[in-house]
Amino acid sequence: MSDYASCEIKRPLVRMVRRPTASLLHRAIVYFIALIGALLTGALLIFILGHNPLDVYVSMVQGTFGRAISFNETIKVAVPLLVTGMAVAMAFRMRFWNIGAEGQILIGGIASTAIVIYGQNIPQLPKLILMGLAAMLAAGLYAAIPALFKAKWDTNETLFTLMMNYIALQLILFLQYQKGWQKERTSFPIIRTFSPDARLPRVYGIHIGWIIALVLVILYFIYVKKTKHGYEVSVVGESVNTARYAGMNVGKVIIRTMFISGALAGLVGFIQTAGADGTLGEGTSGGMGYTAITVAWLSKMNSIAMVFVSFFIAMLDRGAKSIQTSHGIPASAAALLTGLILFFMLGSEFFINYKLVFRGRAYHG
Amino acid sequence: MDNFVKFINAAVLAGTPVLLGTLGEILTEKSGNLNLGVEGMMFMGAISGLAGAWFAEQWFNWSGVPAALIALLISFVAGAFGALMYAFLTVTLRANQNVTGLTLAIFGTGFGNFFGELLGKRAGGFVTVTAHTKDAFANLNFGPLSKIPVIGRLFFSYNWLVYFAVIVAIALHLFLKHTRRGLNLRSVGESPATADAAGINVNLYKYLATIIGGGICGIGGMYMTMVTTGGIWVHNTIRGYGWLAVALVIFATWSPARALYCGLIFGGLMMLRLYLPIPGVPQQIYDMLPYVATILVLIGMSIRQSKEYAQPKSSGLNYFREER
Repeated sequence: MSDYASCEIKRPLVRMVRRPTASLLHRAIVYFIALIGALLTGALLIFILGHNPLDVYVSMVQGTFGRAISFNETIKVAVPLLVTGMAVAMAFRMRFWNIGAEGQILIGGIASTAIVIYGQNIPQLPKLILMGLAAMLAAGLYAAIPALFKAKWDTNETLFTLMMNYIALQLILFLQYQKGWQKERTSFPIIRTFSPDARLPRVYGIHIGWIIALVLVILYFIYVKKTKHGYEVSVVGESVNTARYAGMNVGKVIIRTMFISGALAGLVGFIQTAGADGTLGEGTSGGMGYTAITVAWLSKMNSIAMVFVSFFIAMLDRGAKSIQTSHGIPASAAALLTGLILFFMLGSEFFINYKLVFRGRAYHG
Repeated sequence: MDNFVKFINAAVLAGTPVLLGTLGEILTEKSGNLNLGVEGMMFMGAISGLAGAWFAEQWFNWSGVPAALIALLISFVAGAFGALMYAFLTVTLRANQNVTGLTLAIFGTGFGNFFGELLGKRAGGFVTVTAHTKDAFANLNFGPLSKIPVIGRLFFSYNWLVYFAVIVAIALHLFLKHTRRGLNLRSVGESPATADAAGINVNLYKYLATIIGGGICGIGGMYMTMVTTGGIWVHNTIRGYGWLAVALVIFATWSPARALYCGLIFGGLMMLRLYLPIPGVPQQIYDMLPYVATILVLIGMSIRQSKEYAQPKSSGLNYFREER
């Protein structure tokens, strides 16, 4: 008895036990609680700043859904986020940390702008198709460079892809001063505006990027779940040794998948330049490459979940812009609030993957 | 010669905030935590340091050196707070390090710009500290030492944060290489399971290294607002210096001592175009150089499979005792 008692004392108060699989409902509840927690923390901040939190949140929602135009603007933010999310998720499935989507988007933008500038006489449809293809090819190849080194020498891809972002950024800053690229009749370093025939057509008032994105959601789902390539990606992600043992050419899988990942990000560059902005600039990617990583992660690399997560983050972004006009709260609140919500979501995953066992309660595992 | 001295001076001034960010990140990574949120922590330190100095002036009428010390303290606390969130999520709640670090970068950037704008509004237009406080960040005068030809200007002509950064680098080097606790920390970063078996409190080391590292990054951010922009909040003040700091960690191959001269090289690369303009080579090519150099180091390290110059082995991976 005394032995048993002393044994009791040494047991920690709380132990963490891995939960085999969490049900969808459990997951949804945990995420919901995390969201409420984040919103409450945000409310506290708003309150300290001297505003009525409920009032501010209501205007945020109104800023997103209130009028058709604001809803369209939200979709415009969500589309590139969704496609970039799929781009990085493709690589993450292989445990390849592609943090370089930011740069790949810019390279895609550069390639499609090059087609606009050097192919002025091409008719609209072939021009748009050519722009999209050029963007995908250029960004795919750009992303394949770190993959090549990863496959050959196991070079750290997280840091490599990260550095590539800034090289792409400098390339844009360079092009802003170049003849042909720089806007006419101005000394400002701005790249010229696309001619109307180089712009994506609109459907329901929004450029067709949203249709491209939805088609990609389905294609991504099929590619990942139903094809041999998708299966190979999962195996390499689980264990490189298993993949090798099964006779897969791991290097080939890594390079091919990163090419696709980069190509998707490049397509975002095309959608942003030809669709949303009508020009190219250092803001074409605007931190999307980083936000998309959290989108992909919270969606567990599932493209359908990504639709909702990216829409939600786009809502925050739009909502924050509207409270700037209605309450005079700086629009940078968007990044602050997004970060806060993501922190809560990331922390909440612990309660999906683990359960806490308290001392005294019998646990037979 | 005169131009060369000026070039070195400019390189030191430009390289110091990057060096501070790098030193913080080296300490963090030595514990096996790859915190990619340096940019965010620098933003948090930048606005908090400025706000601290400003409020010290407004509320207590402290200006000059006391305001500077407040800025130092508050910026450290702000950076450490960002790192604490990171450590809590990755060490205790076992969240993915890359995703958490990037989220911290997003959050910190928002934090800096948000409170920067807000503070500007409160101050009626834009925030600026008094000339007296600005003087506290001006270049020091070491009397006769500063007057020695060339040497005086090369070594004894900077603001106090430059010397602070050099002292931090040397202290970190001594700590990591010559103390028992430094050895413990390195072992946590290399092989947490082994460290755990040896009776080292892995989580405590991870927390402390990450938080103190974050605080040092915060001071690097404060340098940007108090020295680089001269005590004024500018939207997007950090403008990628945090990522440059991550690059410098690699370029210096995870050594605080090497970070000292590698930081000078980075600062030099950033200033090179002003002092050594090559006709036909645009500014952007120069600005690319630090990143290209970093990639080359990264590739070289992986080809040589060097152990001495490599990233701490467990960096980026969380440690769970139950799952080893």
